[in-house]
Amino acid sequence: MNNPQLNKDGKLQHLLTTEGLPAPILLKILDTAESFVGVTQRDIKKVPLLRGKSIFNLFFESSTRTRTTFEIAAKRLSADVVNLNIAASSQSKGETMLDTVNNLSAMNADMFIVRHSQSGAAHLIARHVRPEIHVINAGDGRHAHPTQALLDMFTIRRYKHDFHNLRVAIVGDILHSRVARSQIHALTTLGVPEVRVISPKTLLPTKVERLGVHVYHDMEQGLKGVDVVLMLRLQNERMLGARLPSAEEYFKYYGLTQEKLALAKHDAIVMHPGPMNRGIEIDSAVADGKQSVILPQVTFGIAVRMAVMTILAGN
Amino acid sequence: MRILIKDGRVIDPENGMDAVNDVYIIAGKIVAIGAEPDSFQANHVINAKGLVVCPGLVDLSVRLREPGLEYKATLESEMRAAVAGGVTSLACPPDTDPPLDEPGLVEMLKHRAKSLNQAHVYPIGALTQGLKGERLTEMAELHDAGCVAFSQSDKLLLDTKVMMQAMQYASTFGFRVWLRPEDDSIADSGVAHDGEVATRLGLPAIPVCAETIALSKIILIAKETGAKVHLCRISSAEGVAMVRAARQQGLPITCDVAVNHIHLSEMDISFFDSNCHLIPPLRAISDRDALRAGLVDGTIGAVCSDHAPVDEDAKLVPFGESEAGSTSIELLLSLVLKWAEEINISLAVAVAKVTSEPAKILGVEAGDLSVGAAADLCIFDPDQHWRVEASILKSQGKNTPFLGMELLGKVKYTLANGIIVYED
Amino acid sequence: MNLPDAEQLLAELTDRIRSDVTKDTVLVGIYTGGVWLAERLHKDLECTLPLGTLDVSFYRDDFHEIGLHPQVKPSNIPFEVEGRHIILIDDVLYTGRTIRAAINELFDYGRPASIRLAALVDRGAREMPIAANYVGADIVLPEDKMLALEQKDNGKLSLNLYDKISPE
Repeated sequence: MNNPQLNKDGKLQHLLTTEGLPAPILLKILDTAESFVGVTQRDIKKVPLLRGKSIFNLFFESSTRTRTTFEIAAKRLSADVVNLNIAASSQSKGETMLDTVNNLSAMNADMFIVRHSQSGAAHLIARHVRPEIHVINAGDGRHAHPTQALLDMFTIRRYKHDFHNLRVAIVGDILHSRVARSQIHALTTLGVPEVRVISPKTLLPTKVERLGVHVYHDMEQGLKGVDVVLMLRLQNERMLGARLPSAEEYFKYYGLTQEKLALAKHDAIVMHPGPMNRGIEIDSAVADGKQSVILPQVTFGIAVRMAVMTILAGN
Repeated sequence: MRILIKDGRVIDPENGMDAVNDVYIIAGKIVAIGAEPDSFQANHVINAKGLVVCPGLVDLSVRLREPGLEYKATLESEMRAAVAGGVTSLACPPDTDPPLDEPGLVEMLKHRAKSLNQAHVYPIGALTQGLKGERLTEMAELHDAGCVAFSQSDKLLLDTKVMMQAMQYASTFGFRVWLRPEDDSIADSGVAHDGEVATRLGLPAIPVCAETIALSKIILIAKETGAKVHLCRISSAEGVAMVRAARQQGLPITCDVAVNHIHLSEMDISFFDSNCHLIPPLRAISDRDALRAGLVDGTIGAVCSDHAPVDEDAKLVPFGESEAGSTSIELLLSLVLKWAEEINISLAVAVAKVTSEPAKILGVEAGDLSVGAAADLCIFDPDQHWRVEASILKSQGKNTPFLGMELLGKVKYTLANGIIVYED
Repeated sequence: MNLPDAEQLLAELTDRIRSDVTKDTVLVGIYTGGVWLAERLHKDLECTLPLGTLDVSFYRDDFHEIGLHPQVKPSNIPFEVEGRHIILIDDVLYTGRTIRAAINELFDYGRPASIRLAALVDRGAREMPIAANYVGADIVLPEDKMLALEQKDNGKLSLNLYDKISPE
C-alpha cells in the first residue's frame, strides 16, 4: 500500500500523521529543527527559505494557539501566511470542505495547514490537492497531531538524548487524544523500549496495547521508574458523557502532583501539550516546578514547525 | 411471446437442478425445462451456450431512494441497475422521505415500479409511524397495500416495551418483523467497528456488544411473542453464534448478511476510505470469517446487496461525516460467485443464497424455475470479467469499495415476466 | 596536479591583509573552511573585536534543488554590523553564490560600512559579479573537480582535490 505522505522518491510530500513514517524521516525533522532553534534565538529571527511561498492556515476547528505557532513559524521562514477561520465563514454557507480547498488552490497556495474536528480530514484534503501543494495536519479529530508529537520528541531528545533507554508514560484521556496517538507512533518508531499509557478504562481506546503500549490504570504503578511524563489535557465534556464522575476524583487518581511525580525517576521531565487545566490533570507546583519543560516545548514547537515546512517545501 | 433459452447450464436450487437444459417460456411463464413442449415455435431464441441460467436474483434490501431522495437516485436509474445486476425481485426498506408508513405511499411506489415493467418491488413497511419508534403503523392496511414485512430500517429507536408490543401486534396477523440488531445507545455516534483500526484512526466506534445486546433482546421478545423475525445485516461472529443458538432452539428467526461484509473487514478502511463507511460497520477479519461460515451452515439464510446509492458530495467528506452505504446491486452476483470460489462451494449452493433462500425469507413466489412460475431469469457468463467503473454502473450511486476492481461473472440477460429487461 | 601548500598561502594572505586592518575591523568567516581561516587570521592579525561566523545554508539559492542540509550550524555575529568595516573570509571563491548568500545574511543583521572579501584560493568560473579583495592564489581547475580545505587534528590546513558528486 503506498504511503500517502511520501512521494514516489520516498521523500515527505505531506505530514499527516507520525504513523508509518520511517525513523530516518522523523530524525531528519528533529535534526533540521536543531538549526532552527538557533534561528529563534538570534536577533534576526527570519530566514529567507520560503520567501514567495504562500501558506494557508485552514482551520475548520478553531485554535488560536496552534494557528499562531504555525503563523510565527511560517513568517520566520519569510513565507506569506493567510489565515482562514473556516468555522465561521464558507462552511456555514454550505460550501463543502473540498470546494473550499479547490478555491484556495486556485489562488496559488503552496502549503495548507489543516485543522479539523473529524479524523481523516487532512488525508482527504491531501488526496485531492494538486501535486505541488503540501499538506500539514495540525490536528484531525482524534486521529493525529504530528507536529505536536514531533516537538515532544524533540524536547525528549534535548533533555534525555537517547530514545533507546527510556521509559515514557502518557497520562490521561487517550481515547479522545490525537496527541497521544501521534506520540505513541513516534515513540515506538524512534525505539523507545517502554511506552506506558495511564488512564481509567473509560478513557482508553479498544485494543490500545496493539499500538505497542503497556496499559496501567493505577497511576502510582504506572509512574514508577519513568523518565518522561507526558500529560494530556482533560476536556470538560468527559464528565457530561458519563465517562468520569468529576474533575476532583480525576485529579485525585490521575492528576500529576509532586507526590506522584516523586515515584518517577528523580530527573524525570514533565511535559504537556497545553493549554493546561491546573488542578485537574496537573498541579501548579509541578507545572511550574523544576522538572517541568512545558515552556521550552513552546519554543521548540516553532523550530519543529519551521523544520517541517522547510523539508516539505524543499521536496 | 414464446422464448427458448438454449443450451444453458440451468441452476435451479429449489428444484435441485444443475444441468445443461433448454428453458421454454410462453406468455411470461416457464412452461418447460428440458423436454420441448408440443408444437413450440419460439419467437425469440437466446443462445445460452457456456452461460448459466438461474432464477432472477431476489434481493432483500435495495434502496430505490424514492420517494423523497431523488437527488441520490431515482426509481428509473435503480431499477435499471437492478436488472443489470440480474435482480428480478427486490425488497425496499421503508426509510424513504416520507417513510413508507401510509398505504397511499406504498401504493404509489408499487404503481410507479410496476409501470417501469422491470423487477418486482416488494416494499417493507415502517413498523412505527415516521419510523420514530413510538406509535405503531397500520400494519394490516399496509400489508393490504403490498408490504411484505415491517421494519425500523437502520435505526431501531425502539424502547424495549414498544419493541415487544410491535412484535406482538405483528404476530397477531402473522406478519414478519425485520429488525437490524443494533442497540442505539451503545452504537451512539459510532461510525466504525470498535477494534484495532478505529483505535488507530481515532474513529468513534461501535462495539460488537451493540449487536449482541440488541440480538438478545430481539430473540427473547420473539420467544415471548411468537413473532416471525428476520434479522437484517448481521455483522459479528458473536452475533452469528447467538442466531445459531436461537435457531437451534426452534425459534422462527432468519437472518441475512450484506454482500460487502462477506468480503471486507475493518482493514479495508485503510486511509479513511469513506466507501467503506457502511451500516453495520465492517468488523474484524475473524467476524467476516464467521459470517462466511454462518452462510455455509445456513444460520444466515441469504445474502443481499443492501444497495444504497449515495451522491458523491456525501462521500467526499471526512469519514465520520460521510453518509454510510454502498452501491451494490450490480455487484451482488459477482461478489457471491467470488465468495463461492474462495471457500470452494458449488455454484448451486451460492445461487440459492440469492434466489430461493431470500424468496423464502420474503415469503413470495420467486427465486425458482418451477414449471408455471413467472419467467424471471438471470442468464450470466461465469467466466467473463468486468471492471467496476463509474461509467459502467447503471446506478446513480458510484460509491462502492470495489471501484476499479475486476470481478468475475457478467449478467448477459435478465428476464422479468418473460420479457427481456436487460441485455448486455 | 600540484596544489599549493595551504599554510604557505595563508601566510601570504595574512601579509596582504595586514596593512588594511585597524582596531575597528571585524573578521567574519564562512563555515567551514572560512571559519578555520578566520580563526587563524584573527589570532595572527591580533584583532580585538570578536570573530563572527556565518552558516549561509538558509540563504543559499539552491534550496529547491537540494533541500536544506540538516546540519546547519548557528551563525554567530557578536557585534553590531551597523557601520562596520567587515572582512569576509572564505576558503575557495568559485561561482560567487556563497558570497552572495553571505552578503545577504550580513545585511539582515544591519548595514555595514564596507565588506571586503578575502579568499585563500580563487578558482575563477564566476557566475555572479563578485571579486575578492585579497587572494592567496589563483588556480584554474577542471569543472568536474571540487577543491576543499581540510584541517588536521594538529590544526594544520591543507588543500585537497575531489571528484564532484552531483546532488541527487
